[in-house]
Amino acid sequence: MSRLTDAHVALAKEIIGRYPRPKSALVPLLHLAQEQDGYITRDAMVHIGELVGVTSAEVYGTATFYEMFKFEPVGKYVVNICGTMSCALMGSEELMHHAEQRLGIKAGGTTPDGMFTLEHAECQAACTEAPCLQVNYRYRYRLTPADLDELIDDLSAERLTHEIPPHGTVAKVRQHIASHRGVGVVAPELVTESPAWLNGKAAL
Amino acid sequence: MSTTESHNEAEIVVDPNAVSMTINGKTVQARKGEWIIAAADRTEDFIPRFCYHPRMESVGMCRQCLVEVEGPRGPMMVVSCMTPVAEGQVVRTDTDIVKRAQEGMIELLLANHPLDCPVCDKGGECPLQDQAFSHGPGESRYVEEKRHYEKPIPISGLVFLDRERCILCDRCTRFADEVAGDPLITFTHRGNNTQVMTFPDEPFASYFSGNTVQICPVGALTAEPYRFKARPWDLQQQESTCTTCSVGCRTVVQSSRDEILRYQGVDSDPVNWGWLCDRGRFNFQSTNSPNRLSTPLIKTESGLVSASWTVALDETARVLRHAQPGSIAILGGARGTNEDAWAWAQLADALGVDMRDAQLDDGLPAEIFGYPNATIDDACSAATVILLAPDLKEELPVLYLRLRGAAEKKKIRIIEITTHDSGLTRYAWKSLQHEPGHQAETVQQMLSTPEMQEQLGRGSVVVVAGRSNLAEAAHHTMAVVDTIATTVSQVSVLPVLRRANVRGALSLGLAPRGTSDAAAILEASANGKVDCLILLGADPLSDVPDADLARRGIAGARHIIAIDTFLNNSSAHADIVLPAAAYGEKDGTTTNLEGRVTNVAQSITPHATSRPDWMIAVELAALLDHDLDILTLQDIQTRITQTVGGFDGLSVSVAVRKNGVLVSVPPISPLQVHHDAAVKRNAYEFRLVVARKLYDEAIGTAMSQSLAALAPGAGVFVHPHDLERVGAKDGSSVRVSNTTRSVILPVHASMTVARGTAFVPFNQKGVDIRELLEATNGVTDVQIANIS
Repeated sequence: MSRLTDAHVALAKEIIGRYPRPKSALVPLLHLAQEQDGYITRDAMVHIGELVGVTSAEVYGTATFYEMFKFEPVGKYVVNICGTMSCALMGSEELMHHAEQRLGIKAGGTTPDGMFTLEHAECQAACTEAPCLQVNYRYRYRLTPADLDELIDDLSAERLTHEIPPHGTVAKVRQHIASHRGVGVVAPELVTESPAWLNGKAAL
Repeated sequence: MSTTESHNEAEIVVDPNAVSMTINGKTVQARKGEWIIAAADRTEDFIPRFCYHPRMESVGMCRQCLVEVEGPRGPMMVVSCMTPVAEGQVVRTDTDIVKRAQEGMIELLLANHPLDCPVCDKGGECPLQDQAFSHGPGESRYVEEKRHYEKPIPISGLVFLDRERCILCDRCTRFADEVAGDPLITFTHRGNNTQVMTFPDEPFASYFSGNTVQICPVGALTAEPYRFKARPWDLQQQESTCTTCSVGCRTVVQSSRDEILRYQGVDSDPVNWGWLCDRGRFNFQSTNSPNRLSTPLIKTESGLVSASWTVALDETARVLRHAQPGSIAILGGARGTNEDAWAWAQLADALGVDMRDAQLDDGLPAEIFGYPNATIDDACSAATVILLAPDLKEELPVLYLRLRGAAEKKKIRIIEITTHDSGLTRYAWKSLQHEPGHQAETVQQMLSTPEMQEQLGRGSVVVVAGRSNLAEAAHHTMAVVDTIATTVSQVSVLPVLRRANVRGALSLGLAPRGTSDAAAILEASANGKVDCLILLGADPLSDVPDADLARRGIAGARHIIAIDTFLNNSSAHADIVLPAAAYGEKDGTTTNLEGRVTNVAQSITPHATSRPDWMIAVELAALLDHDLDILTLQDIQTRITQTVGGFDGLSVSVAVRKNGVLVSVPPISPLQVHHDAAVKRNAYEFRLVVARKLYDEAIGTAMSQSLAALAPGAGVFVHPHDLERVGAKDGSSVRVSNTTRSVILPVHASMTVARGTAFVPFNQKGVDIRELLEATNGVTDVQIANIS
């Protein structure tokens, strides 16, 4: 149960500055909160509401739309096994069954040591590589049960930390927009001219 | 619109916004920008709808209002709540295709809606139930199990939510966001599991939450005070006016078996737009309270004992007859009707009573009505609104809604002159904060700033004037109102005195004569100059800001006669207590803060033996040989229209219904303005701001079980930095003292309070801050000491 750390508040303020309206930064800040705690805590939602000037209820309303925002603690590694057509035909059910046996949890559950959360996912857009899965949204393709065992072993032994950061980490590289490349922040109501690509053909 | 004046073709001006269209073959006149459904509502063709509400933005959520509009490629289906009217538009609402579409929508809405109408509070007045009959297919093709959620969960102390019944029309959530400005409920888990929810474990703590129950088109939202109390077809209803505060919202009072069960808002265009605040909506519980006074009470050696009306009235007449000339005083009258006030004023005149005041030193002098009057609509369409008022969200909630809405839609600019952040601060164009007592400087500064001058020159200016700080003298506000009124052009004033019929009572003869206002009367009483103090629905011990003055005044009166609905702090000291009929138990008229006279209606029999105030005045007059020649309420109304300037031409029976009639009675004496220099701070470091919250110990709230728990309780609020300086922790106790007395209160940090000031809510449960207020002081300075 934690609010954003001071370092994250500084980053949050920078992110808010990228938008004409503070509340536009809501989803990026939710990512930041999830990165900090592995899931989105109640206090973090309250804090984000304060930062962007909306009620906690509005933060919650937006956050709950997204399946990838978690509101309960999840494992360090969230394993999403695809169960849609191509993967199902190529053996994803066996893969899921094997994962459940191996980890000792059902789909949707988290291992007692807090390392793994197993989830059933819809199509992950890698049908040519079926059956596929994602670990913290990083792909693994054409898996056999043996491959899955190896993957779990590697993850348990923290051998893949260079490749797969803990759950919540959006990207290993922070986005920085150089000041000369940004278009600046202009509130929509202040835009009076039609965009250049319209060649003056239409007014807003 | 035909006039009898001569009609010259050349003079006809074509309205550029007029649109002519046809709906089901009939020509309809509409205005540009209007939705088709709004235009159709003026015809006989009803378009079914769930999400559309004329007082909120359209969203097109429910798709029930599909109609056919003729287009370039033939007829097409559109949602009539989001399609604007157009010149020559051809709309059909009754074709087979429209019917099939509307039936399909009902079938889809009912796919998950439980058929629990027999146990649902909405059954019988439910738009979904009604329209399933009128516009539904009659049967469903869905055989699947319906969606299940936990059955009603309380989302606040007042409102229950049953998500199974919800059809996701977005009315409650839109109301909370758009109208009330409290987006504490919202759609969550959007997608297949979309539901209305609050933030987890955080209540829907809006002062306006009851409106969501009223506008819910299904039984998803129900109000705790009405749940399982009645069926709609068993309710009798009377349209009336809410008298909780002086906004005068139109309501319908619904009762069954001689008990008031519910108030619903009625849409009055110049006043409340259909909305009510929760305090006004749910305080009917106090009318039904078992603590109401049932019989007259007379003081004996063993305390107050019950007596018959004959004995009590005889005894009252005896007291009045034996009072020295000029030693009778009347306080109160603002809680009754215009007729009550007039009758008591007549009795006062007959007895030669000069000491009278409908206010309790907690408002502004009646001379505030001497300025050009503004209405609520004037304020909501002015170029500039200057707030010199208490926090309207706390004291006059529906006026807050109207002004907030106008500011949000950029129709008005609000300049707020205040001592602390109010509900409207967020919406103000400029919020000028000052230390109590320094408003004159702030106003001078405002009037000399070029930016402000330009703004004030842009058109009409409405000053919303009220008593913003009970720890400060009223004449400070009057002085700055006068400065603005005499300096700025096109100024009018909207006086916001908060007690329900204070304007009516002051206009109909209960305004002070000369300088004998409530404070002067209580001082006279304390000095033994009052033989008989009549408390007409007034409780000075709870409401007069200077607690010591009130105590001395009550103690000094030789006899006290109280006319009230409850035995309150003051009436408990009375020699004779006469039980009065409450709101909903009597007919009459009331005057709102604009001077708008509307009717209040009797719905139930007065509790036990209680009687309307006017009847008591008439009977007492007869016993005192001053027959007022009044037999019925109509007699009073006739006499008012004949004798009170401003009320002439008021046909009470017809005109005062619905939107009422504006009446303006000039004050009896001209305004005496005192321009004091700002009071210098003494050595004490905090200047006190004392103001009301919506929920307090007021009898109507305290006796309504749903509302009583919502009062925040006594406490002192200071800026976080000040709290640090005091060295106290949030929630710990501090000693607040003026030069002579001190009280101990819990302290809280609040960013809404300016540094160097301390905010204390008025009339809350706990230690009473009024112990530190002195009527003779312009401002109140205190020191705060940590004692933990």
